[in-house]
Amino acid sequence: MQRLSVSALLAASMLALAACSSKPAAELPHAPAVSTSLPSQRGDFGPPQGEPIQAVLTSPPNVPPPIHRNYPAKVIVELEVVEKEMPISEGVSYTFWTFGGTVPGSFIRVRQGDTVEFHLKNAPDSKMPHNIDLHGVTGPGGGAASSFTAPGHESQFTFKALNQGIYVYHCATAPVGMHIANGMYGLILVEPPEGLSPVDHEYYVMQGDFYTTGKYREKGHQPFDMEKAIDEHPTYVLFNGKEGAITGDNALAAKTNETVRLFVGNGGPNLVSSFHVIGEIFDKVQPEGGTHPQENVQTTLIPAGGAAIVEFHTDVPGSYVLVDHSIFRAFNKGALGILKVDGPEDKLVYSGKEVDSVYLGDRSEPNLKAVSVAAQAHAAGTQTKEEQVAAGKQLFTGTCSVCHQDNGEGLANVFPPLAKSDYLAADPQRAISVVTHGLSGKLTVNGHEYDSVMPPMAQLTDDEVANILTYVLNTWGNPGGRITKEDVARERAKPAPANAHKEEH
Amino acid sequence: MARRPPRWLRLAGWLCLPLMATGGMPVALAADERYAALPGGEFASVLPADGKAAPAQVAPFHLRTTPVTNAEFLAFVTAHPQWQRGRVAGVLADAGYLSHWVGPTALGAAALPQQPVTRVSWFAAQAYCETEGARLPTWYEWEYAAAADATRSDARADPAWRERVLRWYGRPSNTALPAVGGEANVYGVRDLNGLVWEWVDDFNALLVGVDSRDQDGADKLRFCGAGAISMQEKENYATLMRVAMLSALKAANTTNNLGFRCAKPL
Repeated sequence: MQRLSVSALLAASMLALAACSSKPAAELPHAPAVSTSLPSQRGDFGPPQGEPIQAVLTSPPNVPPPIHRNYPAKVIVELEVVEKEMPISEGVSYTFWTFGGTVPGSFIRVRQGDTVEFHLKNAPDSKMPHNIDLHGVTGPGGGAASSFTAPGHESQFTFKALNQGIYVYHCATAPVGMHIANGMYGLILVEPPEGLSPVDHEYYVMQGDFYTTGKYREKGHQPFDMEKAIDEHPTYVLFNGKEGAITGDNALAAKTNETVRLFVGNGGPNLVSSFHVIGEIFDKVQPEGGTHPQENVQTTLIPAGGAAIVEFHTDVPGSYVLVDHSIFRAFNKGALGILKVDGPEDKLVYSGKEVDSVYLGDRSEPNLKAVSVAAQAHAAGTQTKEEQVAAGKQLFTGTCSVCHQDNGEGLANVFPPLAKSDYLAADPQRAISVVTHGLSGKLTVNGHEYDSVMPPMAQLTDDEVANILTYVLNTWGNPGGRITKEDVARERAKPAPANAHKEEH
Repeated sequence: MARRPPRWLRLAGWLCLPLMATGGMPVALAADERYAALPGGEFASVLPADGKAAPAQVAPFHLRTTPVTNAEFLAFVTAHPQWQRGRVAGVLADAGYLSHWVGPTALGAAALPQQPVTRVSWFAAQAYCETEGARLPTWYEWEYAAAADATRSDARADPAWRERVLRWYGRPSNTALPAVGGEANVYGVRDLNGLVWEWVDDFNALLVGVDSRDQDGADKLRFCGAGAISMQEKENYATLMRVAMLSALKAANTTNNLGFRCAKPL
C-alpha cells in the first residue's frame, strides 16, 4: 500500500472540494469579545421541543407555507437525488442530476434554532455518488463530508440552523462544477423566529448556467461540455432549469395591489446574475440573503452560490419579465421569466400610450434610404415589389425584430414566429389587422400555443405597414404576395376585431 | 504487480475463508480463453504513484475479457449457496444484493443471462474470482487496461476516447443494460468503459481519503489547490469520476450499475 497511500491523499484532495465553501460570520477568526451578539449564538434556542416534524418540500416555483411555530423543533428532511433526462429547451433534452427530481431542487423551509435531521438518499438508478453542502449549515463542508452517498444508499446527518437567511445548497462531489452544472442546487430558507412578514405570494426562482456540446436550441439529446464549462461559455442561462419554465402557461401569477416575495437563488456554476424584473422596482431586497434590507432597488446582484429575498407591490396589470440584465443571456440564452399581474388598470400610476403621432426624423439617412426610394416610387406609381421588400426589411429591424427577432423566429413560448408561419400563410390579409389593431390572447402558430399581447403599431403609416408585411410575406419561406398601402388603409378603417389589443388608443 | 491487500481486508479474508468453498468450479489455469494477457509496464495513472507525477508500475497480468455475467454468477451461487441472496451475511453484502434477480437461484426478466451481473458486493466479487483462480484487478491494472482503444494501448489523449467515457456518464440508467461483448480493445478486452462500474481490489485505498479529510487551515488550502489542478486536466476528469464513485463505496455495498471482472498474474 506504500504507493497508493500517497495517491490516496491526492484522491482525498479531489473529493474534499467542499472544504472550500465559506461559512457565515459565525466563524470569523476575530469575533468581537461580546460573542453573545453573534447571530449564530442568538440562533441557538436550546434543545428541540415537541414531536419531530417532517419538513414540507416543494418543487419550483412553489415555496412551502410559512412556519407558525414559536419553539425550536426537530425537523426531518428527506431529499432524494435523482438522475433523469428532461427537456432543457423545446426539442432539446439533457441528463440532469437533481435534488428531488427538479432543477432547482426541492425548497426546504425551517425555523432558526431548529435541529435538522437530514436524510440524503441517492436513487438506485443513479450512476454517480452524490453529497450535499448546505450553506445554511455551520460545520465542516456544510454537511458534504457526512453525506457522501453511493447509488442506492442513504446518509444521515444532523445540524442546528443557527443563522437565519436564505441559503444555497449544492452537491460537492468531484467534479463539483459538473455536478452543479447538471442542476444539483437549490435553496433552504431559515426563517427568523418571528417569521417573515405576511405577503400574498411567495415564489422560488433560481438561475443556473448550462453547457451543452451542441449550440443553443440545437435539437436532440445534448451532453455536458466540460470544455465550455471551464471556459465559462454557457450555452443556456436559465431560470428554473428549462427554457420557458416560468413563461406562458407556467408564468408566475399575481393580482394588482398584492405583495410578491421572490426567493431568488443562483446556482451558477459560473455566472453572477444581475437580477431584474422589467417594469417593477423592488420595494425591498435582502441582498445576498442577509438580514438588513435595501429599499427601492432596480437590479440586484446575485452571486453564484448566493441568493436574495426580493419583495415588491403590484400596482399595474401586465406581464413583467424576469431577466438576468446581462441582457444577451435573457434574449439569446434563455434567462427569461414572466410574472403575470391581472387586475384593473391604474391610469394614475401608468397611463399606457397617450400620444401617437408620426415623427419622421431625417428620412434621408443612409440606413433608411430604401424606405425613401419606395415612398418616391409609390408616389410616381412605379413602385415594385422588390422596392417594397427592401423598404420593409429596414423598417422591420428595430420595430418588429425586437420581439419577433431579426430571423423572424420569435421567442419560444413568448413571441410567435413569423418565419414559415402557418398563421400568417392561412390569411395574409389578417396580418394587416394584427399590425394596425394589435392582438391579444391565445393563438396557435406552427402547433405551439402563445398567450401574449401585441400592441397596435399605430405609429406606422399605411405605407410602412404595407412594406413591412410585403417583406415578411416574401421572406423566411413564407408564401409571397404583396400588400399595398390601400389594403392597409381599408383595414385600418374597419372596427377592431374582438381579439385586438384591449387597451384602445 | 503482486501487491497485498491492506491489513483489514486480509483479516476480513481470513474471517470469510470458512464460508468460501473454492472447489466445485473448474479452474482452467493454463490457457483460460476468458482471460487476455496484458504486458503491463510503466503507466501514467490519474493517481500518480508518489502523489505528484511518478508513473505507476504495472506487472504483466491476465484480465478477464468481459465482466462477469448474470449466467456466470448464477452458476457460482448455485455451487456456493452461502453466496445466495437471503443466505449471505449482512456484513458481506447489503440489502440490494442481487435484488433484481427473480429468486436466489433464478434470473428472471430483469436479469438476462448475458448482461453483466450487478448489485454484487466487493466480498462476493472477490469470492467469485477465487473460483476462477483469480482476484479482482487493482486500480492501476484496471485503469491501465481501460486506457486502450481498438488500436492503441493508451488512447486517453484522443478526444474520441474521452467522449465515449463521458457519454455513458451523461445518460440516465433507466433502460436495461446491454449484454457483455462490446468492441475489443488492443488487448482483446471488452466493455471496460461504457457498460458498468467495476469493483477493483484496492477501492478502499481511495476510501481512506474520504474518511480522513479534515478541514483545518493548512490542509484546506492544499486540498482545494490540488483538487483544482487535477480537475483542470481534461484527460483526467473522465477517469477521476470513476475514482469518486469507487471511493463512495463500502465493501458490502451493491449498486444497480456496479459489476466486476477478475484478474490474475501471468
